[in-house]
Amino acid sequence: MNYLTIAWRNMCDRPLASTLTGLSMALGVAAVICVMVIHRIAVEQFEQDPQGYNFIVGGTGGRMQLVLSTVYHLDKPLYPISYDYYRKFTDGEYARYTDVVVPYCLGDTFVAGDFKYRVVGTTPELFDELKYDGDTSYEFSEGRNFKRENFFEGVVGSIVAKQGGLKVGETFNPTHGLAGEGDKHREFKVVGILAPTGTTNDRAIFVNMEGFYLLDGHALSAKPPTSDDTTPSTTPDPGIPSVGYDNAGNEVEPLPESQREVTSLLVRCPSAIDSMTLNTVINKSGSATQAVAPTEVVATLLDNIIGPVQVVLLVLTALIVLVAAIGILVSIYNSMSERAHDIAVMRALGASRMAVQLIVLLEAVLLALLGGVAGWVLGHLMIGIASPFVEARTGVSLDMLAFDASELVVIPALVLLAILAGVLPAFTAYRTDVAKALSGTR
Amino acid sequence: MSDSQKLVELQSVQKAYREPNGDRLPILDIEHFAVEPGDQVVIRGRSGCGKTTLLHAIAGITPVDSGSISIGGVELTRLAEAGRDRFRARNVGYVFQTFNLLPAFTALENVVLGMTFTGRPKDRKRAIELLEAVGLGHRLHHKPSAMSVGEQQRTAVARALVNKPVLLLADEPTANIDPGHQQQVVDMLREVCINEKVAMLMVTHSPEVSDQFDHVVALEEINRVARAA
Repeated sequence: MNYLTIAWRNMCDRPLASTLTGLSMALGVAAVICVMVIHRIAVEQFEQDPQGYNFIVGGTGGRMQLVLSTVYHLDKPLYPISYDYYRKFTDGEYARYTDVVVPYCLGDTFVAGDFKYRVVGTTPELFDELKYDGDTSYEFSEGRNFKRENFFEGVVGSIVAKQGGLKVGETFNPTHGLAGEGDKHREFKVVGILAPTGTTNDRAIFVNMEGFYLLDGHALSAKPPTSDDTTPSTTPDPGIPSVGYDNAGNEVEPLPESQREVTSLLVRCPSAIDSMTLNTVINKSGSATQAVAPTEVVATLLDNIIGPVQVVLLVLTALIVLVAAIGILVSIYNSMSERAHDIAVMRALGASRMAVQLIVLLEAVLLALLGGVAGWVLGHLMIGIASPFVEARTGVSLDMLAFDASELVVIPALVLLAILAGVLPAFTAYRTDVAKALSGTR
Repeated sequence: MSDSQKLVELQSVQKAYREPNGDRLPILDIEHFAVEPGDQVVIRGRSGCGKTTLLHAIAGITPVDSGSISIGGVELTRLAEAGRDRFRARNVGYVFQTFNLLPAFTALENVVLGMTFTGRPKDRKRAIELLEAVGLGHRLHHKPSAMSVGEQQRTAVARALVNKPVLLLADEPTANIDPGHQQQVVDMLREVCINEKVAMLMVTHSPEVSDQFDHVVALEEINRVARAA
């Protein structure tokens, strides 16, 4: 029998108090673990999503809003930019700095029950040329990418397919507007379902931009009120098919360029220098457009919003743990009067003051550690239980078994906290008057 | 027997407590007292005359104000508290009036607990042998709450002897036991001490117990404070 065993048995001798104290510690630690894991996942998600291109080009407005609406399918899109401006990147003055440019046309929604998903009009290059986390190509779990000449084809993100019940070969009707309450447009055919990427693109539908332009209310009737003032190109966009097809195989005329506009552009440059050059040129051009490196905005977002929120949450959860530690102090301290006799017996058997002090400290550490380990497991279990719901609502996958290195700090911190909590009762044990305590009867 | 053969020897020991009003309350004033190796000595005295304080002083639990206490040639009164604790753990067994078994531990664990503070390897086999010797081989894993008063006291005796002490101190070991079992406890203590070659110093106020011993000392004889009272 060693001191640890004695501490363990002392703890077990007060099952209710020990269980309640340990439980409060477990709940506190579980809260800390949840905050840590969710923060890590949020950071990973934010950092992972805007990969695969150098910057986003959009109209006037907030940089954050541009990134949120383009990358994360959140917030309202900025003022659109002209199709002529887009042409600068495909075959105009910016083309020599541009490796890939992918246009985004936003403004429609797909409604499936309680869920609403953004519909993005774009080109097949999004999936053929860009890599979603910087180095992983998009794959299709079913079907294929849409074709530029098939105007009313689209591919759906993995979560949309699952929650919206969409399968390859089926059709869907986008709803006009981002609120999901507008009129329903003509139908698009699902030709592919994206394999899960772990990005917000899992929660979006991507349709052929040519078909998107032909939907009601998407064609501009006059000079577009775009934010830039780009001179129209004298040559037609070579990327636009001269003729396309609907899903029945009928020929369809593409919308004239003069009636087009785009919401934003994902731009990938051949080199970092080209990226810096083009970024500077765009932002100094005075064309009322802006180039935003999403990673910079995300870093700002993480530093200014996510980081402080995590700090606040961690402080709150740490307070819960602190209260639990005080619970340990109170629990053990309250038991000291009834166990003074036992301490005196151990002292009479030869235990030194330091020995009885150590036994009490070990009991505090045991309570904190057991509560902490239980809380650690509970925290990950809670994440596992919440994972399907969170994934359904946000598309973010929470891995129950994904551990954060910072979690390793929790256990030593708990031991330290427990020692601090145990100091007062341990000192009481240290000061126990053996003769006086032995004279009392149990 | 020469002085060098004394197992326990007290010289000019004085101990007083401080009363709540600050007054000094003398408890012990013993010019000389000794116990020889293997001896079985009973100290008799009325309640409150300092019997327990004397045992605590000899065990090193309570420091004395002046004088010297030696056990086996080691002067306890020169040792620091930690040294007295270690010495007590290794050399002195203590049987309390109220048994003082720890309720969270089984009989065997209570006995093994007696070995925990010696700094020496724990001998679980000896603990079992001692419990068997006091007739508790079938109660090793029972907690005190599941044992009779007599069984608890026998467990306490086993715990006191488990470290092979040179001296067993017994503080009114029969006071909380019904008359029918008192004699069993006395017989067991004497027999075990003889078998283990341990000297025993027992304090009691019971004439029925003290009359059975050859070496009986009235505390009033050796303690000036008790005599004056």
